[in-house]
Amino acid sequence: MSTIGRIPDQDRLTAAQILSGLMPRAEAVLIPLAALLAGFAAFSLFLLALGKSPAEFYALVWKAGFSSAFSWQNTLSRVSPLVLAALCVALPARLGLVVIGGEGAIVLGGLAAAVTGTAVANLPSGLGMVLMALAGMALGGLWIGAIGALRIKRGVNETIASLLMAYIAIALMNHFVEGPFRDPASLNKPSTAPLAEGLRVGDMPFVAAHWGVFAGVVACVLCWILIERTTLGFAARIAGDNVRAAQVQGLPVARLVIGFTALGGAFAGLAGYFEVAAVHGSANASLIAGYGYTGILVAFLARHNPLAILPVAVLLAGFEASSGLIQRRMDLPDATILVFEGMVFIIILLSETLYGRLRIFTPGFWEQS
Amino acid sequence: MEPVDIGLWGVPLAILGGAIRVSTPFIFVSLGECLTERSGRINLGLEGTLVFGAMSGYAAAYETGSPFAGVLVAAVFGAMFGLLHGWLCSFRGVNDIAVGIAMMLFGMGLAFFFGKPYIQPVAPDLPALSLGWWSDIPQVQAALQVNVLFIAGGLLALFMAWMFRSTRVGLTVRVVGDSTDAARAMGLDPDRVRLLSTGVGGALAGVGGAYLSLYYPGSWTEGVSSGQGLMAIALVIFARWNPVNCFWAALLFGGAGALGPALQSVGVSEGYYLFFAAPYVLTLALLVMTSSPDRAMQGAPSELSLTK
Repeated sequence: MSTIGRIPDQDRLTAAQILSGLMPRAEAVLIPLAALLAGFAAFSLFLLALGKSPAEFYALVWKAGFSSAFSWQNTLSRVSPLVLAALCVALPARLGLVVIGGEGAIVLGGLAAAVTGTAVANLPSGLGMVLMALAGMALGGLWIGAIGALRIKRGVNETIASLLMAYIAIALMNHFVEGPFRDPASLNKPSTAPLAEGLRVGDMPFVAAHWGVFAGVVACVLCWILIERTTLGFAARIAGDNVRAAQVQGLPVARLVIGFTALGGAFAGLAGYFEVAAVHGSANASLIAGYGYTGILVAFLARHNPLAILPVAVLLAGFEASSGLIQRRMDLPDATILVFEGMVFIIILLSETLYGRLRIFTPGFWEQS
Repeated sequence: MEPVDIGLWGVPLAILGGAIRVSTPFIFVSLGECLTERSGRINLGLEGTLVFGAMSGYAAAYETGSPFAGVLVAAVFGAMFGLLHGWLCSFRGVNDIAVGIAMMLFGMGLAFFFGKPYIQPVAPDLPALSLGWWSDIPQVQAALQVNVLFIAGGLLALFMAWMFRSTRVGLTVRVVGDSTDAARAMGLDPDRVRLLSTGVGGALAGVGGAYLSLYYPGSWTEGVSSGQGLMAIALVIFARWNPVNCFWAALLFGGAGALGPALQSVGVSEGYYLFFAAPYVLTLALLVMTSSPDRAMQGAPSELSLTK
């Protein structure tokens, strides 16, 4: 039956048909990629204006970030906090909230984990590690979840509130690390008591990176499933597109907002846990490393897609890992990477204006030609 | 003159003096943001503008020997940051809050990048007026050392209130902020009005930054600002977009910022870091109190994305 009146051409997909199906999907990849390249170009002009060589800059990023096993280790050590901090931006963003205070949740999550670590020293180490991670996630989740609650219950602007809360979190950590939880043996750099060896997180097999990278990958996959493949994520995306429509549909918008912000905060808290348990060994001012702020850029570059966060985080981690080498070899200040990130960020945001405007991404463009 | 022992009276006096010293950047940033928000835009990047203003003002004062040249240079760079923000936001689909975050990181990055050589040298300070001449007590005299920029900020607040109320420029900004469509119908160009408002707002934030590095704390370091630019934006909401209220709110915030050092001066050092957090807690508390869940904020420009 189905063969009657069939036009032979429909058997084979023509190049035009493939492109008309493919290009609308490619928009979400090609525009950020082009914007990233434009960002590289803009930063090259900045370097040229200062009489520095852009070729040398990118060669050094490659050398220090990606060229050898040692440089990959350097890069991967930064991937875990960047990925988890980016999720703290991306999850609320799917509901239309701009939360930028992940740094606060990282710092407090690390503090909670370190304090729990000293309390569970007598328990089996496996249980102790789980309790530490849970403590970090709980405090991080409460901290950012409170911002979601303030937004939905009181109409408080979440962007400003989250950044203020980050300053408060850092003050709280300084207070506790210098006061109640200070290890008397830490003289020059006030810290909590060092963790027992059994509570330290080690490296993964075959990869020169700690287990936080694995946790980050799992977290991204879970978040992607949550957003794209569950009814909860579907409801969240509707609420993000149009709050009033979601409310009319009877969706639990308040619970979605609080839940998504709290989950994002829990991931940032987990980043703090890994910084303490895998990197520093105790909570101190080293926790304030700015991962929360670079995480904002990672999330925006990935357009708040959890799976895209992974490659973007690796890329930016490589740039941050090369900062030291660039300082020494090119005689540039350590803020060079910050300038680079700011330029890329601005151009990425500017590229938002292109979506839905370029005809090559419409099916019609390819069918006609 | 020997310090007179005035006991615990030293605390409120130190807070008053601190309020006057600390509030000036708040006054300038909040007045700038007030103008920008009245035109219907929010510029969250003023923290970056403040830091760059502090750096460029300090560098210019050091190179020329004149602190007022520093203030001028900071204002010019601030205006450039504001104009860049305003220009980026004039594209369709570009979110002003997100651009503000990017501009904040970019401004701080540039300030740290170009500011490295100026961390060591000493630049001339802005002059202050001694309004405490009537008192014999050195603490009173110290508290009433009022900087010229503080006085300029107070006058600017009055001028801006008058401008919004009774001038053509003020009315234009208000119309654009309240309804893009009505502004278009009147033959105004909303994007241009917002561009200029953001530019002037950036210039004022730059002046606030110059005060930080040229008077109090009085030197350029990478930690010269700790969120003052951001608190000033929250302060505008608290002040209900009224320039004169911005001035009083800035004094209140300055007082909160001076609480920690004032208590330390009389020997209370317990919980120093918690007092350090007082301005942020106060800002957050006021933000919670003055926001409303139905999002119809009294006095808010209706085109403002912050309250939509």
